[in-house]
Amino acid sequence: MPKDGGIGASSKRREDIRFLTGEGNYTDDINLRGQAYVFFLRSDIAHGTINSIDTSAAEGMPGVVKVFTAADFEGVGSIPCGWQVTDKHGEVMQEPAHPVLASGKVRHVGEPMAAVVAETLEQARDAAEAIEVDISELPAVVDMKNALKPDAPKVHDDLKSNLCYDWGFVEENKAAVEDAFQKAAHVTTLELRNNRLVANPMEPRVAVGDFARGTGDHTLYTTSQNPHVIRLLMGAFVLGIPEHKLRVVAPDVGGGFGTKIFHYQEEAFVTFAAKACNRPIKWTSSRTEAFMSDAHGRDHVTTIQLALDAENNFTALRTDTHANMGAYLSTFAPSVPTWLHGTLMAGNYRTPLIYVNVKAVFTNTVPVDAYRGAGRPEATFQLERVIDKAAIELGVDAVALRRQNFITEFPYATPVAVEYDTGDYVATMDKLTEIADLAGFDARRKESEARGKLRGLGVNCYIEACGIAPSKLVGQLGARAGLFESATVRVNATGGLVVMTGSHSHGQGHETSFAQVVASMIGIDENMIEIVHGDTANTPMGMGTYGSRSIAVGGSAMVRATEKIIAKAKKIASHLLEASESDIELKDGAFSVAGTDKSVAWGDVTLAAYVPHNYPLDDIEPGLEETAFYDPSNFTYPSGAYACEVEVDRDTGQVTIERFAAADDFGNIINPMIVSGQVHGGIAQGIGQALLENCAYDENGQLLSASYMDYAMPRAYDMPFFNVDHSCQTPCTHNPLGVKGCGEAGAIGSPPAVVGAVVDALRSAGKDVTHIDMPLSPSRVWAAMQ
Amino acid sequence: MYNFDFVRPTTVDEAVKALGDEEAQALGGGQTLIPTLKQRLASPSKLVSLTGIADMQGVSKSGDSVVIGGGTTHRVVAEEAAGAYPGLAALAGRIGDPAVRNRGTIGGSLANNDPSACYPAAALGSGATIVTNTREIAADDYFQGMFTTALEEGEIITEVRFPIPKKSHYAKIAQPASRFPLVAVFVAQYSDGVRVAVTGASNNGVFRWSEAEAALSDNFATDALDGLTLPSDDMIGDLHGTAQYRAHLVGVMTKRAVAAAS
Repeated sequence: MPKDGGIGASSKRREDIRFLTGEGNYTDDINLRGQAYVFFLRSDIAHGTINSIDTSAAEGMPGVVKVFTAADFEGVGSIPCGWQVTDKHGEVMQEPAHPVLASGKVRHVGEPMAAVVAETLEQARDAAEAIEVDISELPAVVDMKNALKPDAPKVHDDLKSNLCYDWGFVEENKAAVEDAFQKAAHVTTLELRNNRLVANPMEPRVAVGDFARGTGDHTLYTTSQNPHVIRLLMGAFVLGIPEHKLRVVAPDVGGGFGTKIFHYQEEAFVTFAAKACNRPIKWTSSRTEAFMSDAHGRDHVTTIQLALDAENNFTALRTDTHANMGAYLSTFAPSVPTWLHGTLMAGNYRTPLIYVNVKAVFTNTVPVDAYRGAGRPEATFQLERVIDKAAIELGVDAVALRRQNFITEFPYATPVAVEYDTGDYVATMDKLTEIADLAGFDARRKESEARGKLRGLGVNCYIEACGIAPSKLVGQLGARAGLFESATVRVNATGGLVVMTGSHSHGQGHETSFAQVVASMIGIDENMIEIVHGDTANTPMGMGTYGSRSIAVGGSAMVRATEKIIAKAKKIASHLLEASESDIELKDGAFSVAGTDKSVAWGDVTLAAYVPHNYPLDDIEPGLEETAFYDPSNFTYPSGAYACEVEVDRDTGQVTIERFAAADDFGNIINPMIVSGQVHGGIAQGIGQALLENCAYDENGQLLSASYMDYAMPRAYDMPFFNVDHSCQTPCTHNPLGVKGCGEAGAIGSPPAVVGAVVDALRSAGKDVTHIDMPLSPSRVWAAMQ
Repeated sequence: MYNFDFVRPTTVDEAVKALGDEEAQALGGGQTLIPTLKQRLASPSKLVSLTGIADMQGVSKSGDSVVIGGGTTHRVVAEEAAGAYPGLAALAGRIGDPAVRNRGTIGGSLANNDPSACYPAAALGSGATIVTNTREIAADDYFQGMFTTALEEGEIITEVRFPIPKKSHYAKIAQPASRFPLVAVFVAQYSDGVRVAVTGASNNGVFRWSEAEAALSDNFATDALDGLTLPSDDMIGDLHGTAQYRAHLVGVMTKRAVAAAS
């Protein structure tokens, strides 16, 4: 039953009032007195040696404040990478320097070579055209396998090769895996590509740097999912600004999808240049710049092999992936194909032996890093696709093959280092079977065929690791940061309260769902609670929002802080009620003495905390404000089963999605409406990847899909109505809310369902097709039918 | 965008005079030119807007033809040509999105001659006459390859005359990103024969498929096209489709246009 408020209610998103009425406060809305503008002169070639950059003409142009090149950044640090992977030989990854402005060489189209600060953006652009750059073009490396050939041009001359690392996981299992393949009754092999994507948040990146000469304080306003992380990375590693002299503000942010996690050169530039020029400096990315400077996603090339015994039990799995890093290591890039990917290769199945090999490769392309799902979609896609192919080869039902191999007992220790605490894969598959009406598919196929269309069904499962992450574990795995989260709960004298969280909301609706949690705990109205986030000056140190971690980790910190508040408030109430603290109960916003009619309202207790005339000052301090940090003991493991039905036009290869159903297990749910919205968005992005989106380079490293004329974004028109269900709930066992996280599930679970459905449609027409690489454009689908 | 002067004359003569200045550039609805300017890929000294010329606006019927002013927007054509030439109106009503249709003009589209634009297929498929400030040009002579036309420097399309066919239809498959035609075919049946014009497919821009025209002139039915194929040699091959795919689609879209012609 719908609730009126609190946990489990579909409370309307309070933030939407300002977003939908144009009252949001985005970074580009921030304009400071005396602000100047920067335009970055970006490389239009992929690989070359910079012989000289002559800025003399530009410096004399109207309105120009200063022109910067790499020479101005001597002594400034490299843009850091936040994760160090150790390879299968025990060697640490190769880690190139990443300058704020290109130094010596340019390594991808879009790399900033110089920057003009001027009174207006147009003047900065005019002056940038007067900069003379002399570059000797070098052959570009674009294809990953070519990049690893001994004679390949090197992206970084000071590295041994273009191989960042060669990772084996779990290396100790390798021999046993080989042995299992020798003994297998059947082996299915699938080669596939997980297509490169551009995140394309509606709001492009923006950064405004400010410097107060009187105090020496720096402020950076930026479109970030994690302002504290930017403050730490940029302050400590790039610019040498202590954190107490650097404030980072990420106000309203119009979508992130991962690409706003990372620390970018432009942020360091405006912070640095604001001091150098002694005035605020603003950069607003154009959409074209976004295509060639926002970190891209995915771009894996994989061969996966599944071994089965004579009874079709999975006996071993091995995968061999080339993962594109691009020209530099973006903040969390090394972790994506390794610890966020290899650890998920067991999926929902009891495969006892798994070996994952990943070669991360430098190329003359934009850096690649986390994009909604980050490693987990790549793992799910290859695993679910190879199972579909195995079912075809064995002539068995693909759903039955999955069910036969499901993990059914929890906790379950996978052979790839993680332990699933809870799950019920049979239940989600049963629920999917019901809501997708799988039994009615044959009739729907006949109806489609009567209209001359092919119809196909794709069904798959997924598992993901969310609630990122136990700091101790990720530290062992190479993370250079902790992954706790924080919250401060500040109760005001009149009973309203403010929660200052280290999580960041950029579309997820935290301001609504976080308030629901605290309201439920205290028993007060949600509207008495304000959620504050995004400013290092008024929130505790937090690691931000990504990896579906906010409710599982940030929410848990908030629960812990609220528990401290309640414990202290009970002490105050016991004093006011002249009763023993152990007899005090909190219910519906009032404290009462158990077994009596004596009670005191929440507001009377909070007032007493700040007007402590009648107050146990000998025992406790006045005031009511508590902070908690929460570090999870494990990942959370949302899972689900997805079904997609498509129609394919035989003549044109055009695919339309006719039905899409998702049965997810997110554990406990705070706001079902917001969860459904998150799943809808994720599925839309997954369908975008499967059918439309394709970031492509030519052999010279030119970006072919650098605008919406060639990069196909999914539109409402491309989507069916989604049938989503999250009633299967196995609560997480190790966080206080029993929540698992839902932000990435849709993007992880949907691509294999779409591809499986198209393959199934083609097979129904007698085509011997087992896989088509994404995106499944009409041209590719038609070619597969020929 | 670089700086430029802007004028909005109210007569064709004034516009022609303004375009006589060095590096002056005519501006129709701006659906191609304005993005080009914003990317600093063009730097005209002066933009001469043609939208203020009343004589270049509107749709009218003249004998067996529909006459459309060169400055008429797609939306107006979609609405006002629907009675006289429904196939043409339907084409105009499916160009881009409402914002594009409210700004873009027929003259601008034909002058630009984008190899993936819709209007060139209608003009060539109808055997239209392109009327300029100085002359009349038959569509067969007007289109001279990708982004190339018979227009001289400073010449303005004042109106376009479309002979009204017995039946017509425009069948389009959209490029997934831009939603321009990946391939689209305009088929029009006249008493003296059938015309088939193809856009989006060829490296040489819009073209007539003469084999299909001959077959359909004999028998205006989809099965008249059975066995007819186009070589893929001159077809566009890019991210969105191979040359072979486009050649195949020409056949598919021609059949669909014939089947739907009314």
